[in-house]
Amino acid sequence: MMRISLFLGCLVPNRYPGIEKATGICLETLGIDWKELEGASCCPAPGVFRSFDEPTWLALASRNITLSEKDERDVLTICNGCYGSLADANLKLKNNPALKEQTNSHLSQIGHHFDGTIDVRHIIEFLYSEIGVQKIKEKIVRPLDLKVAVHYGCHMLKPSSSRATASVERPSVFDELVEALGCTSVDYPDKMECCGAGGGVRSALGETALAITEHKLGKIEEAGVDCIVEACPFCHMQFDAGQVSLAGKGREFGIPVIHYSQLLALSLGYSAEDVGINLNEMDCSDFCNLLGNKKD
Amino acid sequence: MTLAPSIEEVIEDFNVLKCMQCGVCSGSCPSGRQASLNVRRLVRKIGRDHEAICDESLWMCTTCYNCQERCPRGIAIVDAILAVRSIAAHEGLILERHRHVANLLQEHGHAVPIDDTRKEKRIQLGLNSLPSTVHSHADDLEDVKCLLASCGFGEITGRKE
Ligand code: SF4
Ligand code: SF4
Repeated sequence: MMRISLFLGCLVPNRYPGIEKATGICLETLGIDWKELEGASCCPAPGVFRSFDEPTWLALASRNITLSEKDERDVLTICNGCYGSLADANLKLKNNPALKEQTNSHLSQIGHHFDGTIDVRHIIEFLYSEIGVQKIKEKIVRPLDLKVAVHYGCHMLKPSSSRATASVERPSVFDELVEALGCTSVDYPDKMECCGAGGGVRSALGETALAITEHKLGKIEEAGVDCIVEACPFCHMQFDAGQVSLAGKGREFGIPVIHYSQLLALSLGYSAEDVGINLNEMDCSDFCNLLGNKKD
Repeated sequence: MTLAPSIEEVIEDFNVLKCMQCGVCSGSCPSGRQASLNVRRLVRKIGRDHEAICDESLWMCTTCYNCQERCPRGIAIVDAILAVRSIAAHEGLILERHRHVANLLQEHGHAVPIDDTRKEKRIQLGLNSLPSTVHSHADDLEDVKCLLASCGFGEITGRKE
């Protein structure tokens, strides 16, 4: 289904709105039939809310899904957490009649009903399979000569039992999409590792999360890249705000963090300021200048 | 309010007793290598006694699924951890910061709501100061609150409704 509704979640609109802006630019330029999913809430975040109470998690996730069912559009997510939550909930409800009935009894209180008629997509998987690397290449007006550390994050690919995407240990879809824009995806040790934020660890046990982040940043630093590219605002925040916290402890990395939507919008001719790269928590002015110089 | 699963159901549903203590999970665990989560030991504990719900390391799992993908015995380790967390939460064992996030969800429909700094950033980008989510739709926020009440979420997280 090429008709999609864009699910914003919490972190994109409320912390990193540049990703929201960039995603709109990309979907528009690629000629996709899209609109925002009006009235959506938190997905809700799987690490915390699914941990507390599965029926609540399913009820809130299914409300978001039914908003899109009414429009007969697939849901497009731009966050691994939103994708994990909504795709898992959608699958569970489609496959388990008892859970579906329980969830629909909650939904009936607000006049909604889960039918199970649509799919939940992740922007990387969606662009790769619906648009394709070749078509994206043809749209590029400004090839980006950047060395990039691609960070897949966890829930785009895992658990593999409920994902359509390729290999868990050595995937290439994201790298191919990055290289389509002229960048070089630099290999580095522990590339498939977690950023540290998920599962509610960042929110409650920040130091544990930060230790994992520091390890991963160290590997990326050794690889010598211009930036990190991810496809999840939670990873984005963990690497971006995390570097600010680490700098406060005397450990400076200075590696700019950008979401794939922002990278794609840059290659479509937009500036770093157009898509809010300058609005990251850490100072990205050198990187923005570098991009400015590379404009043509 | 629905009940959490019992620890016996968790053990049964996720094959916990098939664990042979090989340690593949721990070897794959970022939270074990960079911090102090010992997931092999946690799986054993879940299989043995109800006390697992009090184990602080339950909350150190980032749900990266490395362990679950690699476990040679096919144990649904993360699903088991999430289920044990829900037993803990239903017994009132919720970390303060998590309770705070739960309260934000109940008030705003977002676990991370907008603030003034980010409204400014949105305007700077040419976006509306509030996104098209529940932040702009009071009726949808009411629906979210109604669902949360229907599920008894406030009672679980210790917030009065
Ligand atoms: S990998 Fe599986 S079998 Fe091995 S210790 Fe961990 S849970 Fe047990
Ligand atoms: S899912 Fe949790 S326990 Fe398993 S490897 Fe990842 S952090 Fe460790």
